[in-house]
Parts: sequence; C-alpha cells; structure tokens
Amino acid sequence: MGDTAGKTLLYPAELKYVKTHEFIRVEGSEATIGITAFAADQLGDVTYVELPKVGAKLKKEAKFGVIESVKSVSDLYSPLSGEVTAVNDRLSSEPELVNLDCYNEGWMLKVKLSDAKELDGAMSADDYKKFVVE
Amino acid sequence: MTTAQIKQTPLASAHKELGARMVDFAGWFMPVQYKSIVSEHTAVRTNCGLFDVSHMGEFLVTGPKAHDFIQFMVANDINKLDKPNMALYTQMCTDEGGTVDDLIVYRLDGGYLLVVNASNIDKDWAWLNENVDEYKGVALKDLSNDMGLLALQGPKAVDLMASLAGDWVKDIPSFHYATGKVDGIECAWGRTGYTGEDGFEIFIAANKAEKLWKKILDKGQAFGIEPCGLGARDTLRLEAGLPLYGHELDENTSPLEAGLGWSVKLEKGEFMGSSTLNAQKKMGLSKQLICLRTEGKALPRQGYPVFDGERQIGSITSGSQGITVGYPIANAFVPRGYSEIGKKVTVQIRDAKVVGEVIKRPFYKRK
Repeated sequence: MGDTAGKTLLYPAELKYVKTHEFIRVEGSEATIGITAFAADQLGDVTYVELPKVGAKLKKEAKFGVIESVKSVSDLYSPLSGEVTAVNDRLSSEPELVNLDCYNEGWMLKVKLSDAKELDGAMSADDYKKFVVE
Repeated sequence: MTTAQIKQTPLASAHKELGARMVDFAGWFMPVQYKSIVSEHTAVRTNCGLFDVSHMGEFLVTGPKAHDFIQFMVANDINKLDKPNMALYTQMCTDEGGTVDDLIVYRLDGGYLLVVNASNIDKDWAWLNENVDEYKGVALKDLSNDMGLLALQGPKAVDLMASLAGDWVKDIPSFHYATGKVDGIECAWGRTGYTGEDGFEIFIAANKAEKLWKKILDKGQAFGIEPCGLGARDTLRLEAGLPLYGHELDENTSPLEAGLGWSVKLEKGEFMGSSTLNAQKKMGLSKQLICLRTEGKALPRQGYPVFDGERQIGSITSGSQGITVGYPIANAFVPRGYSEIGKKVTVQIRDAKVVGEVIKRPFYKRK
C-alpha cells in the first residue's frame, strides 16, 4: 500500500517534520503547522478540516483536529506545545488547498511556542523523506 | 484465515505504469485511484472513465436444466430473458432470505453467464455447486481467471466505443449485450454499468485485456477519458443509489430490506429464500434502507450510529461526499417508520451529532 509511483512529493528543507506527518515552519517564537505532502497525497481529496480556535492550548503529540478526505478520516496531532494564535479559516470553504499547496496556502495553525526545545526531536527534510519511503 | 497470495488482474502492470495507487481489495491487487477520486468521478459524470473490473467473477452455466437451476437460485424472474443477448440484475439468497450475492445474469446462445462480486467468487461457487445436484446435466464452469472485464462509463462512453468498434454498438439496448471485434480482438459489450451513467461493460479474453485497455485510453483522449479506480467506482455507485455487497447487502439482509424489491419476483413461484421473502412482504420489513443527506462537511461513514433523539435506531452502511450533488450522502438501515421523505434523524460523526434528512433514492440521476 501507499505506492506513490509517478509522483514527486516535495519536502522543503527549511521545514521540520514529525512522524505523524505534520510539518513545522519556525518563525522566531512562532510556528506554522500543517500536514506534509506525503500525508496530503495519502489522504487524497480533502473535503473537511476541523481545527481548534485561536487561544486553544496545544500539547505536543496530542490530537488537535481532524482531517477528512473522500477516502478516509484521520486525526491531526500537534508536533509541539503552545497556544494557537491564528487559524487558516480558508480551509473551511476551500479544504482542497491542503492538496494543492500544503506548505503555503494549505497551512493550518500558527502557534506560539511554549518550549522551543521540543523542536530538537523533529526531523529534517532529508530524514523525513527517508522515514516515508520506508 | 489463510494467507492466500494476492491476485492480480491482467492489467496490474498497466495500472502501475499509470501511477495508480494500488490496494488489496478482497484479495485482489487493485487501483484505488490514479489522479484523484474527485477528478475521476467528475470525468465519468461529464465525459467518460475506464475501469478495470477484471476481478469480478464469471460462471458459465449450461445444460438442458440450466434455466430451471438459475430460476431457482435467483430472486428475479429469468423468464424476462426471453431471447439470447439479454441481461438481468438479480440476487442469490440463502434459504432464510439473506443475500448471498448480487449479480447479473446474461443469457447466451445455449447457456447463461453469471457475473458475480470478486469478494464472493469462492462462496458463490460453493453455493451453486451445493445446490446443483437435483438439476441433472447442469454444468458449471468458472471462467473468472480467463476473462478480463473493463467498464467504460459516462455520457461520451458510447460515442468513444463506436469510434473504435463501429456505430452499430450504439444500438445495443440497455441490459443487452452483443459481440464483435476491435482490431481483431473479440469482445462482448454489455450495455450495463455501476455508475449511474450510460456505457458498457466489456468482456474480453484476459490475455487481450491490456491491448484493449490501452486502445480505449488512447482513443479516449479526445473524449476526455480518465482511467478510474475503485475509489471513484464507490462514490459513483453510491450517488446512483446502487448497493455494494458487504455494505447494503449481506447474509443478514434480504434484497427487500435493501430496497431492491423491484428485482424480487415472488409471483414466479418457489425459489431459494422465497418463503422468508414472502413472509417479509406479508408481515412488513423489520429494517429498511434509507438515503440521508447530512448537514455540515464531516462525512457520515460505514458503521456510524443513527439516532432518533437519544435512541439509536440504526447505522450507516455507506457514506461519502456526494461529489456531483455537492453534499455528504449516506445509506442507513433503520426500523420501519423512518423512511418518509423529509424525516429528520441524527448521525453521530465522531463526537458530534449532525442532522440527517431522509431524501429520495437515488441521490443522482442522469438527465
């Protein structure tokens, strides 16, 4: 299963990645999070993204939302701990942005980091790429 | 449970060349999608799509008593097949009226072909053989491994096929079949399908299937064709109100309960399961299949519970985004009394309860 033959999935080098297939873009004391190209490709056509509200407290590795595609439904897990400072509201009317451009237009949350050290455990793009081909 | 080796259709390598995502479906290595379910579904509704359904089973039934044997084994009346080249949708039932499988019966010149679900090939084969003894001289032959089966579906499917096989294929009536050739390859075209669109299911020798598959895809470029996987096949059949074995049908569900009463002919006389089906008709059904449109964007899926207030009354059998209709749709089994159009129930989708409204089947009907 999970044959992605014929497709090239991108993993930008400036991002960090976790095993549950979320990415982290660190910008000072804030981070933007979303799902990786691998996860978006596996899900297929995304129809619904359920996200927390601004002010919600995220805990590393705890569920923060749900993503649903025509094919399946999956929980979203927070790659870090912190407080939600912004939510990508466009995803409520245009969930397909996750398939079209997961790292930019398809971002999910901005989070104020509560512990920058947590990022040490995240993977680099190269390590994540190795992780998903295994 | 044995760890049987996964089976491949004659098109497995063609699917991989196209970059399909392959999955294990009922023991078969099958494409679930090529590009995306939404784009494949939409291609079938607006242009045309080509499916590999070679995993389905084909049994040949011959002998002087073949007619009587099939008439006893299925719920529809095969006397409607009053000449060769006609086809009929039906079900085989258990003695208790549950559904062993749903199938299409084709009347050939001198026999019948039963086309059954891939997931039920072994079970159906055993069931037929178990019941054939009284019908002396009936021969059963499993052709499943020798036959490829393609489905070409969509509003442009017939014109595309005509451009390859000749205009005469346009005249094959619905639920009929005809044989002919495409570039010397022998084919049989059934004017049947599982998408709610016009089109054909094309029977072909397994070793010629890849050649025909490629020919149709090449020629189909000008018709907006897309190769389609099992994902789109499922969303298309659900919208079109067609049942899927293991979801709307199983051995604990009669065809009457699944809303297929139009294809159950109790007046034809005794047949396998008929006493239970007659009783169900007389006493009323204890469960009924309804069509629901749910609010919001979260999708109702198989197994999710359905409530009337606080009381659970049933559960979802299939659900998805209705890609053409544009809202979430589902089938559910509920007790009698909940099938009125416009009736409201609630569906538990994870930790939320959403309103579902009973709507008319099918969700989608072609113009």
